Parts: sequence; structure tokens; C-alpha cells
Amino acid sequence: MTSTALRSRARKLLEMVTTPLLPSDYLDLVSPLRAGADLRGRIEAVHPETGDAATVVIRPGRGWRGHTAGQYVRIGVDVDGVRLWRAYSLTSPTDRQDGRVTITVKAIPDGKVSNHLVRRAKPGTLIQLDQPTGDFVLPQAKPAKVLYLTAGSGITPVMGMLRDTGFDDVVMVHCAPQPQDVIFRSELHDLVADKKLRLTEVHTDTDGMLDIARLDELVPDWAERETWACGPAGLLDAAEEHWSEHGVQERLHTERFRPSIVVAGDGGEVTFSTTGKTVDAGGATPLLDVGEEAGVLMPSGCRMGICFGCVTPLKAGAVRDLRTGEITEAEPGVLIQTCVSAAAGPCDIER
Amino acid sequence: MTAIDPTAHLTAEQIEELGRELDAIRDEVIADRGEKDAAYIRKVISAQRKLELVSRGVLLFSLFPPAWLIGTAGLSVAKIMDNMEIGHNILHGQWDWMRDPKIHSTTWEWDHVSPSEQWKHSHNELHHTYTNVIGKDNDLGYGIMRVDEDQRWHPFHLGQPLWNFINACFFEYGIAAYDLELGKNLHKRRRKNPEFRARARAVGRKIRKQVLKDYVIHPLLSGPSFLPTLAATFTANLVRNIWTHSVIMCGHFPEGVQVFERRSIKGETRGQWYLRQMMGSANISGSKAMHFMTGNLSHQIEHHLFPDLPSNRYAEVAVKVRALFEKYELEYVTGPLPKQVLSAWHKVFRLSLPNKKPKVKTPDREQELIAA
Repeated sequence: MTSTALRSRARKLLEMVTTPLLPSDYLDLVSPLRAGADLRGRIEAVHPETGDAATVVIRPGRGWRGHTAGQYVRIGVDVDGVRLWRAYSLTSPTDRQDGRVTITVKAIPDGKVSNHLVRRAKPGTLIQLDQPTGDFVLPQAKPAKVLYLTAGSGITPVMGMLRDTGFDDVVMVHCAPQPQDVIFRSELHDLVADKKLRLTEVHTDTDGMLDIARLDELVPDWAERETWACGPAGLLDAAEEHWSEHGVQERLHTERFRPSIVVAGDGGEVTFSTTGKTVDAGGATPLLDVGEEAGVLMPSGCRMGICFGCVTPLKAGAVRDLRTGEITEAEPGVLIQTCVSAAAGPCDIER
Repeated sequence: MTAIDPTAHLTAEQIEELGRELDAIRDEVIADRGEKDAAYIRKVISAQRKLELVSRGVLLFSLFPPAWLIGTAGLSVAKIMDNMEIGHNILHGQWDWMRDPKIHSTTWEWDHVSPSEQWKHSHNELHHTYTNVIGKDNDLGYGIMRVDEDQRWHPFHLGQPLWNFINACFFEYGIAAYDLELGKNLHKRRRKNPEFRARARAVGRKIRKQVLKDYVIHPLLSGPSFLPTLAATFTANLVRNIWTHSVIMCGHFPEGVQVFERRSIKGETRGQWYLRQMMGSANISGSKAMHFMTGNLSHQIEHHLFPDLPSNRYAEVAVKVRALFEKYELEYVTGPLPKQVLSAWHKVFRLSLPNKKPKVKTPDREQELIAA
């Protein structure tokens, strides 16, 4: 018998010992970061960067496959008991000796996860991790000249790149409201002092928003540079247009943090993605009724919110709980009770 | 349905007002639900797993009588925790709001021969929607007993104290059979129904796994302690079954609990639904430990009003619910466990016999006599 077959036999036997749980349910009690466990991490420290940003040092579990500079990671954090998933750029270099990784988080107004991480997260807390991902990364072949164009927390993936790979000729244009809002400011200035970086800070409170046409004056050779840009949609839209107008769009790489913002409304277009049906729904009609009316085979039960027999994944959009008025937005893993939820704007139900 | 309707003094407006007041209690808990509650269920789950591990570890040496006693006691408690405070409540979706896929009604499986999926249908959906409605809620006597005067008596019911005792000992199998609606489905024609066959196979698989674990693998692992371990797991299952059966009997069977006719729930409003849950359930009074070991089903009334609120909140909710019972002059049926168990068993015995002939001819006749 091969060793794989033996191992699988041994695993089956162990599962018989622990049924209906799995051996891993018991192992998680003592060693949640072990190899073979669901990927998790432990917060080891939280260092403030600015008034509203902090770097979170995470020790990833043994299954962590490592990242490429510029990539992001999705993390699942329990905030007020509710597991919420967000994506953050990795800001640590890829060859950090102690195996830890860092993310740097800026608290956004009313941001549940960002405020929790910046202000309340405690060392020792377990979080859920996904493997790092994203194609906002440096190429294999080193470009001769590099431009980093960033604004606000858009600096985070670029900081991962700056810390990871040195280039001969790097220029950075970074926008932040005021000098004290510039995340990693002292480290950036150290790089400037060591002549490893040429930096232009645009302080939007005094200078106003960056007019993309000013690049000609700030970085005269911008069109020759391989450029990585990350920041608010307005900046990235302007950059894409500008690079296209000059016919050098292939040199521009952009990363958008928030591709779409859910606007909760009253009713909306409901898509049942598995069956491929789309219908208009009112804000007071339970999605279960909407689905059944449209001929979608919906799981159902008590039809009054008590039996949880109708829970279905919400893939996109937002729904309103008809009993409490509470809005639930789509996130990976979010299930809703279709019998007491109505469309709050366009949404996608996996059925 | 009982001769005197204990809710007759309430107007339709009062019943709807009662419903609104209960909704407000529910909303308050939901708004306040958070980190502490999540920490609570995680702590309970972790404690249960550790207790089970240690108990099974001790049972490896159960040839030694003190080890047998400690291991059996620990395993019994672990099984009760798994069944009551953890399994029952997670499967009600009480912890779904945490969005933890490992502590979720759609993924949880319990140490019980009835597969979670089937139990959720028969319990959450049928029993909790149609609480105490004769002919709709099979929990009323589990289809093998007569628990209300208005149910027709049959000579079969003479044996119901015995059926109830056997059911208590093998309660998890009773529940599995009940979830399958075995009585109804064993008819030749229904037996062949592919949907029923699939469900029966699922139960078979679950039973095989459970039996293999408790009565083969763990005893084998104990080597020379094979037989004592076998006896220990059997005892733990027996203790768990009798305990859960007793607790559950106290929920709807004690004297004073109302049952309802099928037509009474037609077009039921939210307020009326709440009222039916209030009148159809009974509590068990006692210490914190008692509430914990019953999975907080000692707060059966609160559980029936708000089956999806986290169980650790029922105690605080009960104070407000009880105040509403008083305000609306309704009877809050509660009592210590021995009293409630006795009351339920008394009913089982009493209704095993046909109804006594009423002393007066009929209430209507009596009314006529008074009028005359």
C-alpha cells in the first residue's frame, strides 16, 4: 500500500473516532495555526502609523504560501461577534526573516473592520486568512524607470513593493490631505535621504486635488516610466485617461480597492444567478416569494423567519430584513433568510 | 380548546399590542447581540470538546471502577451539552449571525442519530410553526401518545406509559424515526417513495457512524477495558436520552399547557401566533446550572417566542416576558424539574385511559338550565 493510501486510511479511521466532528475540530483547540488547518493568522502587534492608520503584524498559519510584492490578502475578522471579510494590501517585504506579514489599515469613516483593526484589535487575536492574491505586482524583468502614483491608503501596496525591490530610478508622487496623514512618512523620507527614492508629496488640503496634467511638471519623463498607481477612483480614472491620451496605457498598472459601493435602496432588480433569472422586486416583497413567482426552485420552511430552512447565499447587492429594517450587504459567505428579506437595491441570490 | 379559554378576556387590539411588545423585546436583544455572546458559544463549544476528550481518555482505563464512574459522568454531561445548549440552539440558527461557517445552522452536525438536516425540518419548521396544533404538530405525543382530552382514545393508548418510557431510554432513535415520519411511511406504497428512501438511507448512515464510534471503535481503543467502555458509552447515551426526554416533556406536556385546533390558526396574526406560543409552552425553574444543562429549554416559553435568539439571552428575556404574562393576566406555567416531569407523566398516565364521563351533561345544557 502506498503511503498516501495509508494516510487516507488513517484519516478515515480518525474520522470514525471523532464523528460527527472532524479530527481538525479538536486539533484547532490546541494548534490553530498548524500545517493542514484552515488558513488563519494571529495578530501579534498593532503599530500606529498616523492618527487613523495602523500596521497590523500577523503571524500566518503554516499553510501560508507567501506573497508577491503588491498583492493583497483577504482577512476575516470578528467585529462585535460577526465575522467580516476585507481585503488589505500586504506592506511587508516578501523576505521578512521572522515569517510575519503586515497589512496597513486606514480607518475609514463608519468602516467596521478598519476602525476595529486600527483602534481595538488586540495582540493574540486569531483571524481568518486567504492566500495572498492580486496582479498589481512588479514584473519579473526590472524596468529601468519606475513611477509610483498613490493617494491616501493607496500607498500600501506600493510600500510593499518599495520595501521589497529596489530600483535604480524610482519616483513617487503621493497625495494626502496633510503631511501628518502621509502613512510611512518617516520611512519614505529615509529612502529619500539615502537617494533611493525621489518623492513629491501633494498635500490636498493646501494644494488641492492633484491635477493629472501637473505630472508633466512634477515628473517630466512620466511617459517613459513603468507606473503603478493606486488610490481613489477619481485619480485612477484620470490617470487611465491621461496615459491613454498619450498612447502609453500599457505602462500604467492600477489597483482599485473598492470596485463598487452598494447603495441600499427600496426594492430593485433581483438576479437568481444559478437559474439565470432576473426580475424586478418591490421593497416589501420577501425574496422567497419573488423567487417562487419567477419559477425559481427556492428552499423554504416556516415562511416567518423562525426555521432557517430558506437560507441562501447573497452574492451581490443588499437586502433588508423585513422585521427589523436591518440592511445586509453581500460578502463572501453571507447567507440570508429569503422569507424575511426583501431587495434593498439590485441583488444577486444564488439560486 | 380546553373547556375554558384562558385568553378569552383579551381583545383583538390587546393581542396585537402584546405582539408589538414582544417584538420590541426581540429587537432589543438583536441590537445588543455581539462579542460577548460570540465568546459565550465559543467557550461552551470548546469546553464541551475538552470535556468529551478527557472523559473518553479516562474511559480508556475504565477497567478501574473510579475511572469508569468519572469517565461515564463526564461523557454524559458532554453529550448533554452537545445535544442541548450547543446542537439544538445552533440548528435553530441562533448563532448564524456570527457568520462563522463552523458554528452555523447549515453546517452543524450533532452527536445524535438523527441527521441535523431532517431534524431541522421536523423541529424548527413543523413543531415551531404549528406549536401545539393537533394534527399539525407531531411533537404532541410524537404520534404514539395521547396528550389531550380532545384527542380520540384508542386501546393502543393503554400502553402509552410504557411507550413513553421506552422512548425516553432510546430518545435519539425515537427522534430519528419521528423525523422520518416512520409510522406514516412504513406503508407498502410510501416505503418505495424515493425521497423517503433517501432520507432513510441518510439516517442509516448516521446511525452506523454513531454506533460504530460509541460501541465499536472507542471500546476497541480501550483494549482490556473494552466491556467497561462499551457499558460507559451505553450509559452516557442512556443518561443523555432520559435527560433530554424529560426536559422536552416539560416544555409542552405539563398540566396547564394549552393545545389548539387546526382551524384556530387560520389567518393567525403575529400577535395571535405569539399568544399561542405563550399558552402552548411551559418552563422549568431552577439554578443557572439547571438552565445550562437543559440548553436553556428551561426557558421554553421564551424559546418558543424567539427561537432564533441566542440561548444565553433567554434568562434576561424571561423577566420581561413574565411581566407581560402578568400584565395580560395569563398563566406562566413553570415549576421545578421534578414537579414538571411528574406533571407530564401524570398526564401520560391519565390520558392512557378514555376520558371520564362529564358530571353535567354538557356545558351548553348547564347554561340553558341557569338561564331557565
